[in-house]
Parts: sequence; structure tokens; C-alpha cells
Amino acid sequence: MLVEQIAVFLENKSGRLAEITAVLADNDINIRALSVADTADFGILRLIVDKVELAKKVLKENGFTVGKTTVIAVEVPDRTGGLATVLAAIRDAGINVEYMYAFVNKTGENAVLIFRFEKMEEAIETLRREGFTILSKEQICAL
Amino acid sequence: MYWQKEQECLPRPELARLQLERLRATLKRVATTVPFYRNIFHQRHLDPEKITSLDDLRAYPFTLKQDLRDNYPYGLFAVPLRDVVRVHSSSGTTGAATVVGYSRGDIVTWSDLVARVLCGAGVTADDVIQIAFGYGLFTGGFGLHYGAERLGASVIPISAGNTRRQIQIMQDFKTTALVCTPSYALKMADVMMDMGINPNGLSLRYGLFGAEPWSEGMRREINERLGICATDNYGLSEVMGPGVAGECVECQGLHINEDHFYVEVLDPDTLEPVPPGEVGELVLTTLTKEAFPVIRYRTRDLTRLIPEPCPCGRTLIRMSRVLGRSDDMLIIKGVNVFPTQIEAVLFAIEGTEPHYRLVVDRENNEDRLTVMVEVVESMFFDEMKKQRAMMETIKKRLASELGIGVEVKLVEERSLERFEGKGKRVIDNRQL
Repeated sequence: MLVEQIAVFLENKSGRLAEITAVLADNDINIRALSVADTADFGILRLIVDKVELAKKVLKENGFTVGKTTVIAVEVPDRTGGLATVLAAIRDAGINVEYMYAFVNKTGENAVLIFRFEKMEEAIETLRREGFTILSKEQICAL
Repeated sequence: MYWQKEQECLPRPELARLQLERLRATLKRVATTVPFYRNIFHQRHLDPEKITSLDDLRAYPFTLKQDLRDNYPYGLFAVPLRDVVRVHSSSGTTGAATVVGYSRGDIVTWSDLVARVLCGAGVTADDVIQIAFGYGLFTGGFGLHYGAERLGASVIPISAGNTRRQIQIMQDFKTTALVCTPSYALKMADVMMDMGINPNGLSLRYGLFGAEPWSEGMRREINERLGICATDNYGLSEVMGPGVAGECVECQGLHINEDHFYVEVLDPDTLEPVPPGEVGELVLTTLTKEAFPVIRYRTRDLTRLIPEPCPCGRTLIRMSRVLGRSDDMLIIKGVNVFPTQIEAVLFAIEGTEPHYRLVVDRENNEDRLTVMVEVVESMFFDEMKKQRAMMETIKKRLASELGIGVEVKLVEERSLERFEGKGKRVIDNRQL
């Protein structure tokens, strides 16, 4: 039920994002979702891609520091309050969100929320119990 | 003005005789009391009894900083610990530290030699001397303190830091002589301006500066801005601390207290003496130290000797200000920093050979060390909180190892230029 995410260390200098996306494009890797967390000193790029291992390999070959972590992808109907209901359930279970980002799938009916929780196992259990749809690796790639 | 006129103005042939006598006695003593020297002398068949000229010392082995580290803490002491009344140490918390000791007699000698330096720089018993060197394991604070008391000056043992308070006290206590690093003197001048204090309104007349490299340009700036006579003085804890050499008010080089230290200036590569007056590495042998004698200590400081007589009347030879280092040691805020110390800390954190670069800047007369570290997978996190915590960990461990605060900048892998060998990892932007 966990989805693999790639993280890349970025210095705050121009052109780095363009370089990363070019490397991925050259290797026919499709980006499903991404987010950048940044501070004055450096940034962390997080990517959900269709070919995780290949992406990690080619980015490393191109000199990037790459990490692989697992995240949870939750699908909710794309309407008002969609995210709020998920966060309420998580809050009630006393679980912290380390970070999250979201995208809307192609049909535009559903939104996909990518979460990294402090307690991943507990979060999955909670989300399941509350009846949320958790996407698998294959489902994310198929979107 | 002299503190010990007879010794400071000893005719050179007499000085040479005194040196030879003391050298022989020192070599004989370390050969019996310090196993490190005893073993090497034995291996090389060196018999101190057979020393007949000062040049004979050239057959003797050098003492390196590493030898001090290898014999940490008390291995090179030549007297039992019960005869040691003071211990000082250089920075370094992960085994890179060095320890030196002083007997009661050593403290008396040390005080006299520092008093000589103070006297030469213009200070007398009538002066109020503010010692803004750190008091503690560093030899600077206590060394100057004892010398100033010996001289009979009124000592303000304010130690380092808190610049505004330093200036307040300087004003209120009518300080006439200041002891600190040259960059700190300029920092004080800056802060005086901020505080609206005119240095010419102070009682300050003399400044004795050391513990870091500086230049004639800095001296001019200090003299002009503080309205004082700034002199250079030199010492290192391994040999004694301050008091090894100091400038007289002629300001044309530092008189080495040769009756207590035998000086050689050698080519750092061939280890042969350089022609008189040429630049080389300063190598010192203590002639009177009891607790911690060192034979041919390689200071790694580059200097040249000035054999011409000095108008001040002292016969003690002069050395130029320190012109550089023959190793990669940096002096930052008066603290000795070796890139290898930084390397060791990073290695412990990363678990692999770190790629890093050191950038030293001087802003507003304050040194700043930035350590640029390439982020490898083992220290990279997808969570910002953890990544920042990693950066803080590096910062804290470096600060605790080096004894000074550092900035850490995380950079991408392979973004720092790769060099063959060492020494290129440092970018020193300081304009002295």
C-alpha cells in the first residue's frame, strides 16, 4: 500500500530543476507528481514517477544525491472538503504529517494526496478503517 | 627599555657559549627523563655528551606536533607530575589535542620572558594592561597575565569576548595597553565607532598583538584608528606560549629570546638551513624548560631571520612576522584549525571519505569559517526537519571539535572541485 517516492537534494541555484526534468525526459520517465521544499540554503525535490528504479539510477549517474522513501497516496473525490476529511481522521488518530502534496488525476474527478506521516503503519490503518481509498504503486503508475 | 638588560644585550659570542651549555644540559636531561627522546637518541647513536658546537644539534631528530599527540597527555614531560604546577593544552577534542606542562621554575622563566616582550613593546609598571586573550587551556591569557604581573603593571584579566564591555572597561579603568589578536583590535575600533567613543579620548597607548597572522597594512590601520603603537609578538604552546619572541618599539621584527630558545630556519622540504635572511620554517629547541623541553620542534611557521643589529640595543636576533605556514593549518579567530580535524568529524557522520571545502572570510574584522559539505546519500533526507537537523549536527560537532563556531553549507554531490592531494581544500579570502 506504500508508494515509492524519489527525493533529490538541490542547491538553490538556477537550472537544477530543468536539468533533473531533462534527465527524466531523456530516459522516458514520466513524472506523476512533484513538490519542492526549500529553505534559504537548499531544497529537497520529491517526485512520484512511473519508473522509480530507473529514475534513481539515471539521476545518480548525473551526479545528483538521490534518496528513496515510501509515501501513502490517498484518492479522494475532487470536491470541497476532500482533503479536510482525511486530515481530520489523521488528527483524531494523533498522527503528525511530515509533509504532503497533491495532484488531480487526468479525468479530473479525483484528487490524489501524497502523504508522509510520522507513523506510516498507524496512518494506513486509520485511513483504511475510515474507508479512504489508498492507491497502490501500480495504480499510481496507471493514472 | 629592557626587562633583563644583561641577557637581552648579551654579546653574541657569550650568548653562543650560554646556548651551547644549556643545549647540552637539555639534551642530556631529555635523554634520561623522556623515553621518547631516549629511544630515538639510542637508535641514532646520539650522545649529548659529545655535543661540542651548536651545529651538532643538526644530527638530532625533529619533534613534530604528531609526536606530542602520540604522547598525549603526559608522555613527553621531563619531570614527575608532582613537580608540574600548570598544564595547558591546544584545542582538539577527538584525540588531536596536545598537552604541555610547566614547573614552578618554568612559570618564573615564562613570566620573565613575557615581561621582556611587554617591556620591549613600551609597557612599564605604570601601565594598566587589559588582557583580552582567552584565559584557560590556551596559553595566551595566562602567559601574558603572569608576565604583566611580573613586570608590575596593573592587570585587567578581562579575557576574550563581549566587545562593548571591553570598551566600557577600557574607558572606565583607563587602560593604557591592550593585549589581543590584531583582528580583534580592529573589531574593537569598529565597535567604538558604533558606541560613539573616540579612541583618541581613551588612555590607550600600546597594543601587543599576536596569536594570528597579520600585516604591515593592518598595523598601520590599528595604529591610526586606535592611536597606539602596535607591536607583534610570537609564541606557541608547544614551546612555551607567548614570550618566545616579541617586537621592540622599532617595529622591525621580533627579538627571539635566544638565551632560552635555540632557533633554526630550515627549508621545509630539504630540512637544510636556508641562507641567512631567507624564508624558511622556524624550528625551535628549548634551552631552559624543565617540565616540557622540546628538541627541534617544527613550528610549521614560515619566517626569516634578520641578522642585522637592532637600533634598540638588544643583541637577540630578530625574526620577521610570520609569513605563512608550511602545512595546511589555519588560524581562525586566533584558534588553530587543521582541515584534518574537520575531515575526521565529517567522516564520523557520513561514514565515507567526505568531500568538503573550507572558506574563510573576514567581515567587520571578524573571521568566519564556512564548511561546504557535499551531501551524500547517507546524510540526505526527504524530510526538511531531518535534513536541517543533520546540518545542525554537523555544525555542533565541528564547533565542539574546533572550539570555534562555524557555518555549514550543504552542497550537491560533485559540485566541489576535486583536487589531487591536500591543501587545496581551503579558500582563504581574508585580506590582511
